[in-house]
This record gives sequence, C-alpha cells and structure tokens, in this order.
Amino acid sequence: MNSDSLYYSLELVAGSGYTLNIEQRAALQTSLVILRKNYKFQRVLYWGKILGLKEDYFIAQGRGEDEMNDKKNLYSFNCMDWFLLPPATDSMIDEVSRAAKGRFTGDPSYVYEHLEIRRQGEGDEAEEEEVVTKVNEESRLAVTVHQIDEEVSVVPRGAFIKSPHGLVQVNRSFGGLSHSEAGKLDNFLHFSKPKNLKKKSILEMGDFESIY
Amino acid sequence: LEIDSQSLNSSQLKVQSAASLKAFMLKNSTKSNLNLYDHLTQLLIKVMDEQLQNVVDVIEDISHDVKRGLVEDKQSTLRDLPQTTAAELLAEQQRLLFSRPEDADQEDELVETPLPNVSEIGFYLEQAGVGLGREEMQRIFLALKQLVESQALLRCRLWGKILGTESSYIVAEAEYREGEEEEEQITDEAAEEEERETEAQDSEENEMDPLPQSTYKPAPVVPKEAIGTGANKCVYYVCKEPGLPWVKLPPVSPVQITVARHIRKFFTGRLDTPVNSYPPFPGNEANYLRAQIARISAGTQVSPQGFFQAGEEEGDEEDEAPRDSYEVNPDFEGIPVAEMAESLSTWVHHVQHILQQGRCTWVNLAVKPGEDSNEEGEAEEKEEEPDEPEPEVGPPLLTPLSQDAEMFNTPPWSSKMSSTLTSQHAAAVLRSNLWPGAYAYACGKKFENIYVGWGLKYAGEGYSPPVPPPPQKEYPSGPEITEALDPSLEEEQALKEALEEQQAAQEEMEDTDEEEEDDD
Repeated sequence: MNSDSLYYSLELVAGSGYTLNIEQRAALQTSLVILRKNYKFQRVLYWGKILGLKEDYFIAQGRGEDEMNDKKNLYSFNCMDWFLLPPATDSMIDEVSRAAKGRFTGDPSYVYEHLEIRRQGEGDEAEEEEVVTKVNEESRLAVTVHQIDEEVSVVPRGAFIKSPHGLVQVNRSFGGLSHSEAGKLDNFLHFSKPKNLKKKSILEMGDFESIY
Repeated sequence: LEIDSQSLNSSQLKVQSAASLKAFMLKNSTKSNLNLYDHLTQLLIKVMDEQLQNVVDVIEDISHDVKRGLVEDKQSTLRDLPQTTAAELLAEQQRLLFSRPEDADQEDELVETPLPNVSEIGFYLEQAGVGLGREEMQRIFLALKQLVESQALLRCRLWGKILGTESSYIVAEAEYREGEEEEEQITDEAAEEEERETEAQDSEENEMDPLPQSTYKPAPVVPKEAIGTGANKCVYYVCKEPGLPWVKLPPVSPVQITVARHIRKFFTGRLDTPVNSYPPFPGNEANYLRAQIARISAGTQVSPQGFFQAGEEEGDEEDEAPRDSYEVNPDFEGIPVAEMAESLSTWVHHVQHILQQGRCTWVNLAVKPGEDSNEEGEAEEKEEEPDEPEPEVGPPLLTPLSQDAEMFNTPPWSSKMSSTLTSQHAAAVLRSNLWPGAYAYACGKKFENIYVGWGLKYAGEGYSPPVPPPPQKEYPSGPEITEALDPSLEEEQALKEALEEQQAAQEEMEDTDEEEEDDD
C-alpha cells in the first residue's frame, strides 16, 4: 500500500488480523519518506510483514518510473533502518527452493544447508557425490517476496496504463470498479510480467486489443 | 347603411382573419405535438402569476422554462428499481447494534457485567500488532453485548476470528450456566435412542433374507465429555459478521478431535457445509469448527504464572487426578513485562491438554461401558490389572510454557515486547508458532488471548494425508481351500495301479468267499 495513504489503508485490511501498532505506523510514515528521497523512488509502497521466530521482517517496495520493471524491495526490523534486498535471480530461486525449510528465523545471515547425494554411473560403479547447497536467509527473503509478488499481486482492470514510451504507469483517470464489476475475478489482473504471451496467435492477440 | 355594411364587412373580415390566425396557432407542431396558442397562454399565465420585473428581457427564458416544464414530466418513464446490495443489507442488520436500549439507566447500576472490555483489549492487541481494526472491534463489542443480553450468559469473551474462503467466523466463548447441561444431555440421549431404534428397524427388515454379516467391529467409541468439563468446558457462539445472529456450536466429541488432528481443511464460512475428508470426519463444518476451537484453546490459551491458582477443593487428589479447575489468585501482583517477554516459564497453560484419546481426562475403554459411565473413579482403581491399557496422562493444568514440546525444529512460542522504544510502558506479547494466528499479551495484571487465523496447525514440511488401512483378508486360509500341487503322470499311474491291485485283491477275496459259500 502506498506510503501516502498508509494511515487509512492499513485499517481496510485489518480484518485479517495483521495490523501494525502505533509505534510502527508512525515510524513508517517517517522512514518511508526518507527512503523515497534517498533512493529516488517515484513512490514507496509498504509491502507487508514476514514473521520470523525471533524478529519480523517489514518489507517496503520502491517503484521507479516504470511500475512493472523498476521495483526494489527493502527490509527492516524496526521500520526505520532499511536494507536493500538483492534481486531474485533464477539460480537463487532454484537454490532457495532446495535448501530453505521451516520458518524464517529473523536473522538475515542465518545459513540454510541442504545436503543432496547424487549418484553418477550405474550399478557397482556408481559414485556418490555430496552436493551441499547453502543459502542465507536474506536471499530466501528476496526470493519469497519476489514469488509472492509474482503470484498473488493483483490489480483491478484499468488501474495501470502503458504509456506510448512503453512504461507501465498508474492510470490517473481510473475511478475504481463498479460494484458488479468488482465481484468478478475477470476484472482483476496479475501485476507481473507476461508469461507465454508469444504463444498466442495474432488472431487471439486481436481480441486482447479490443478488451483494453 | 353602406358605412354600416362596410364596417360590418370589415369587422367580419377581421373576425375571420383572427379566427384563421387562431386556427393557425392552434395547429400542432409535427415535431413536439405542441401548439403556439397553448404555449402563449401558459406563458402569459406564468407572467401574470410571477409578475417579474423587466419581463420583456427574460421572456425568452420564461418561454424556454414553460416548454421544459412540459417535457420534464415525460423524461423518465422507467420506474427506478432499487437494488439492495449486500452492504446495504448488512448495514440494516448492524443498525440494531447501535440502538440504545430504553432501560439503559438500570444497567449502569449493575456492578459486575459479563461483558469484557473489548475496547481495552483492542487497544492492547493493537500494541501487540494483532487485532481486527478499531471499527470492527467496536462492532464486535456491541455484538457481544447483544449476545450477553439475549442469552443471559455468566461470562463471555472474544475468542477470536477464524478466516474462511467465503466468509469468516467471529467466535465468542462463554461459560455454561447451571441447569443448561442437563437439557443438552437429554437431547443427546434422545438422539442416540433414535439412532438405536432405526438400527433395530433395519435389522428386522433384513431378517427375511439375511445378508452375510460383516465381521468388522468398529473401535469402541470414546464417550463424550460431559458438558462443563474438559474440552466441553465452554460453549462457543459464532457469527459471520457482527450484527448477524449468533449461532451456538454443538459440543465436541473425542472422535471429532482425533479426526480433526489428521485432516487439513480450510473453512468455507458456511456452518452446514459437509466436511469431505479422509479419514471421514463425523459431522459438518460446525463440528469441525468446534473441534479446531477446542484444539486451539487447549494449545494456546495461556496466562501469566500466578494469575490463576489450583482450586482448593482438589488439594488432596493432586497426585492422582489431573487438576481441572482453577480460580483467580487474589494475591497476584503481576510480573514485570521484561521478564514475561524473556522467559516462557512465566506463562502457564490454563486450559487442559487434550490427550491422544480426544479427551482431557482419560477414560478406560477396556472397562464395560455400563460400569464406565457410572463412575470414572472405578475405572481408575482397576488400572492395576495386567491387561489394562496404560492410561494416558497429559501435563497438568497450569504447566509453564517452557515445558512445551518442540515440533519440526521450531520453538513453539515467540515472545517479544510490544514496543522497543518505550519499553517501560510496553506489553509482553506471545505468539504461537504451532498455531499461526494465536497471540497472547500481558501487561501488569491484564492479559488476554486471541486467535485470528485460518484454523490450521503448522504442518512443518508439508502435510501428507494418512494412508488407508491395509486391505482385509478375504477368508481365513485352511486345509480345505489350500491349493495343492497337481500329481504328475507317474504318480497318477502308480495310484491307478495301486487301486487296480486293491480291486483285484478284493475281487479275489470275494471269489474265494463265494467259493467257500458254494462249498458249503
């Protein structure tokens, strides 16, 4: 949620049980402004909270000119000091999915280890090779945030617009969905880069144009 | 005369021309179906009525107004169909929460009210970073008030909220009143009798052509705990939204708890939904909800050590029977918050542990049901017999949390202070890692537990459903149905020869006999 409207938008999602206390809210209002200035973001979103055994991670997301591609995630423990998360690469996602298990500990330098025994050759000649995957919690956090964004970040239809320069930007003239529109899942779109788009034929692509 | 006739003619002409003009003016327009004559009449009437200043300057506007006035009535021929949205219906329902009762003055005089101070709880929960938002808390507060008034409850508290895929449940916990339990038990027994009757009828019908009887014997049913004790100590009311009617949940049975331990299922938000699962869950979602509430309560209802003390009446039996009652310790002074946030041994469970059997107090199933239901004490005496099963014993009531078992390499609780900057005035917050969503806070003498979550336990590294039991043997294998090896050709021939020899010998014997007979 946007840092400017944090004071009322937190109330809207409070029904699920997760809220911030006054201290954290006040800290966010202050620190996110500084964050935007220091990193030269267009706007800063409060992304959420990931619970750890010892400490909780608060996540903020900075958005640049292009809302879709210029994303940077940051984490903090006290809502004041923010640390940049590395971007999630494919190899990182692969390693994390193999090694990371259980709950987040709350220590970004905690190392998850995974021992895998691979066999090469056949029969009696098989050689056993031990492959150790080591992942620290910071990269696990980066991958988790990335995957959550990728899979469940949804926006209402029409909230974003692609400018002629190819930038995805907030649609200033978007007035919200009507009551009947908001009840249909068709009117909510994944806010992530397209997958398998090129497989569609030109005929089908033509239909897309008409929808927008 | 001529002048007269001329003037007459001219006047006639005038009349004629005036009439023709009038006829012309009365002619309806093909477009709007109006005519100038009527329009002017109305215009002049309007001018006469309103007596405006400088009428001539605004005559065009007045003319416009008159025309528009005619059109306006026709503008909407469709009737406005009011569509009630769900939000409007809910608002109607919730309006009742805000109505002030007429005899409000009398209630102020009551010293003790069963109603919890939800606003205060909400404040502390907000410090802890949990809660449902101030507005919803206020609505729930009012809904609890409504519940207390309508049901005349002794004590009532907000237990929490269980989220569902379609809607959520707000759960209120209340204590049973005296006398209520009897009614319930009677209805239960009646239901059981009905079941038995139907079973009897079924067997009668089958007597004509008996089907093969199954040798499967179900495991003995663990008897339900009496209302007011164990897992059925409290009664729970749920509602979907504050303002909608509260629904009382049925008491829980041990088998429901044991099955609920094996399944993982989201709640839908409709109490009458069947629970399709393996192993099959006995009951619908209301029963499942009640079973999960019992499990969550037993696992996560905690209080500062010393707030409650064991009931005095059970001083002698402490060694034998697990304590099941407690009372508020009047001398409790409160534990410093920093200490509460640091060590788990300052927190204790104040709800009984549920045993593997699904009950809080163990019951011996090997004893015949007749004896068992009469007196539990009797069962305990017989425990020493050799073939009796080992009784299950759970941790006693008011056990410190530091003795909780660790599961999946995860410590069962996380504790912290609600504020790091002003720790002098913070509250100690405890979060359960086994039941995500269960929280407790303590500040001075005040403490509260709440659960806001999906009603599912932490499953560690993924959940694997229990496998179905191995298939039963079709029949007991014995000599009459055991397959033997076929004899080889030689064996067959040998047998044949042996038989022939035997036959020949017999014939000889018979022949000799006959001969002997003949000889006689």
